[in-house]
Amino acid sequence: MSEAPAPLAIRLERCGKTFADGTRALEPLDLEIRAGETLVVLGPSGCGKTTTLRIIAGLEEPDPGGRVLFDGTDVTPVPIESRRVGLVFQSYALFPNMDVRGNIAYGLRIRALGKAGRDARVDEMLAMMRIEALADRRIDQLSGGQRQRVALARALAVRPRALLLDEPLTALDAKLRDTLRVEIDALLRRLGITSIYVTHDQSEAMALGDRIVVMDHGKVAQIGAPREIYFAPASRFVAEFIGSMNRLEGRVEAGRFVTAAGAIPWPDAPPGARHVLFRPESVRLAGADSAQLAGTVSAAFFLGDRTRLFIECGGHSVIAETAERREFARDAPVHLAIDSDALLTLKDSQ
Amino acid sequence: MRRRGPAFWCLLGFTLCVCAFLIVPVGMSMLAGVTVNYQSGIGSGMTLRWVAQVWDGYRDTIFRSIGIALACLACTLLLGVPAAYALARRQGALARTIEELLVMPVAIPGLATAMALIVTYNTLGEFRTSWTFILTGHVLFTLPFMVRSVLAVMGAIDLKTLEEGAASLGAGFFRRVFTVVLPNCRSGILAGSLMVVTLSMGEFNMTWLLHTPLTKTLPVGLADAYASLRLEVGSAYTLVFFVMIVPLLIGIQVLARPIELGTKATRR
Amino acid sequence: MSRSNRLLLLLFLPAGIVFAAFFLVPLGQLFVIGGTGKEGWSAYGAILTNRNYFNSLVSTTLLSASVTAATLAISGIAGVFLTRNRFWGRVALVAMLTFPLAFPGVVIGFMVIMLAGRQGVIGDVTEWLTGERLVFAYSMTGLFIGYVYFSIPRTILTVMAAAEKLDPKVEEAARSLGAGPLRVVRDVIVPGLKPALLSAGAICFATAMGAFGTAFTLATRINVLPVTIYGVFTEEANIAAAAALSFVLGVLTWAVLALARTAAGSTVAAAG
Repeated sequence: MSEAPAPLAIRLERCGKTFADGTRALEPLDLEIRAGETLVVLGPSGCGKTTTLRIIAGLEEPDPGGRVLFDGTDVTPVPIESRRVGLVFQSYALFPNMDVRGNIAYGLRIRALGKAGRDARVDEMLAMMRIEALADRRIDQLSGGQRQRVALARALAVRPRALLLDEPLTALDAKLRDTLRVEIDALLRRLGITSIYVTHDQSEAMALGDRIVVMDHGKVAQIGAPREIYFAPASRFVAEFIGSMNRLEGRVEAGRFVTAAGAIPWPDAPPGARHVLFRPESVRLAGADSAQLAGTVSAAFFLGDRTRLFIECGGHSVIAETAERREFARDAPVHLAIDSDALLTLKDSQ
Repeated sequence: MRRRGPAFWCLLGFTLCVCAFLIVPVGMSMLAGVTVNYQSGIGSGMTLRWVAQVWDGYRDTIFRSIGIALACLACTLLLGVPAAYALARRQGALARTIEELLVMPVAIPGLATAMALIVTYNTLGEFRTSWTFILTGHVLFTLPFMVRSVLAVMGAIDLKTLEEGAASLGAGFFRRVFTVVLPNCRSGILAGSLMVVTLSMGEFNMTWLLHTPLTKTLPVGLADAYASLRLEVGSAYTLVFFVMIVPLLIGIQVLARPIELGTKATRR
Repeated sequence: MSRSNRLLLLLFLPAGIVFAAFFLVPLGQLFVIGGTGKEGWSAYGAILTNRNYFNSLVSTTLLSASVTAATLAISGIAGVFLTRNRFWGRVALVAMLTFPLAFPGVVIGFMVIMLAGRQGVIGDVTEWLTGERLVFAYSMTGLFIGYVYFSIPRTILTVMAAAEKLDPKVEEAARSLGAGPLRVVRDVIVPGLKPALLSAGAICFATAMGAFGTAFTLATRINVLPVTIYGVFTEEANIAAAAALSFVLGVLTWAVLALARTAAGSTVAAAG
């Protein structure tokens, strides 16, 4: 078997998708995926993320005018059988009529690898995914996490040019998801393979992605590194989809943002801004003298490592997260302060 | 374990009576086929002479029935399995309409189907008088059972995703069909096959109209025997029929359970 | 992808061609022939206008309706009982109840003769009891028994499948509100089984309307539609009338079954 191919750069040009019944799943989009990077496509159900993945894989054709390029070569007319991409499905799609070995060896069989070569490669994959003990089991005897590993092993056995994962962890329970997420992240980094990972879980996206593409209703809302997406969201949709975002109305007045609940010092405020945004963890509980906003606690949730507070603040609800250990009573008065460099505004001043 | 009240025993009794109603005549028929003299009852002794008489007189119809059933199986496999695949991959209103159409030969009386075939192909003498004419009727009648059976399994295994998985690993259409699709449809194909053979062996309504004196099948021979021969011979003939068909029926029953369990397991 | 659509069409084509050539076209031809007799297209109304045909239609309909009622009652009770209770020998009972599914009508007719024919068991029993032989195989009663015989296995499968899907929680809710067992049957079980009973009943009715083998074996005086049609075809050699009648019968049974399909999922074998 040849050595691992060099990482692939993928480009989508004007790729849109309209289905036979008229639904417009994807507006024409341009996307650049750098060689070796892990790109996460994130968004709610129906936003077009899976369609994008399937177009890259070759399972769907883009609308006329769309092109898919692998390292600059147009592969749009090439069917999936010849694209040499590894695909991991949400439901794993393992073959029930073969055991684990048979599943992993399937792609190698097609490439007419001799028995010795096949067995060696299968053993290598079993060791990589740490499932040597499962080699001769049948698929219906495996748990969800085990199937996931077999699916990954099967896709990687043939040394694909890129790895495409469609919500691989969605069907698993929370603890298993956390464990596997770390493993997949380590695996992808070690292999250095170009990966496209589709998910609706934003904490997964933040943990795994070199860059994240946030999609909404068939359009790209923002592309950027996790930090960029989190701290500089481009639109209200992105701001509210990733984590929680507080939003207060008011006006700028002499270096401060004045709201109904108080004034927040904001020297860099863009003139004419009518809203200010900030994350819950940026909110500090302050003493009465350094307070900027005043409010009352409407609900408090103790989450173990932190407490999430819903605070009534001059007609708005502000969410704050604090690591303070004390208990918070309903209707207790609180004072809040926010550092000015944690204040955000959106490009389209939403 | 709940205590069983009188209602349970009443209902059990009722069910046992229904069962007896269905099974006792079968037993009686089989018994009559090996009794020396039915009038005198079992006391007159058991014999295989009636069975031997049936074998002598009707051996060729028995073989013809088996032959037609096997040919019917071959046809429904070649026609039905690809058709089921096409219907499973192309879901939607069109596929459902086609399924409805395919079931029509089962919905309308065999008499009507046979008459339709006769008025259309009467002029083709060679075809009309050959066993293939009967085969045609049988294929029309049994095809929906094969298609339904295979389609059911294909639905349960999420055929589309399996094929996409195989395609992503480089498998072209034929390779996918023979390594992934067909092996996973085995239970449906087997169940369908048993159904087809059983129904073909027992088909009468169409065959009675389609047959000629030279192309009789087992049920047709049975009707002859009942009408013209002694009760014992008719019973012996029925016995032969039961002996051939009961193993098939048992096979269908045995398969039906694992298919349900199997499809539930793969649906996880 | 139109490439894959083309492939699917190709895969379906053999079955489609066979079906069109040997079923659709012949049915069309049957329809046409039906109108070429000496009465022309009014042959299609003959089922209502001709006295013989009309009587045949009426008796067949009445027979089928009574068979359906009896079968649904029997299968309903036995089917629900078998689904709800586990006991030793249950699997064997279910198997025995569904065996006759593939028996041709001829065999069933024969068994009716064994039961109630001139040398039948029932005749023996009644002779021993009352001195007179009861022979009813060759009448409508015999046909009724035969039809119920092959209808029970079919309907019982449908009823059992539906009974298995009934949600026991609904019954538990009714009982928690004070409903006794008979009330539960009336208010929860029967309505829950209604689609299955409707569908199984329609199948039973349509099958009985079109059944030929059993009536043919029991022969002579019985006047059901398929036997009438057969007589018209063979004895009178009136192909056109036979064609028209069988076309009408085919449309009738297909319509009843189409109604059944809208009430439930799949159909069970219709033969006999």
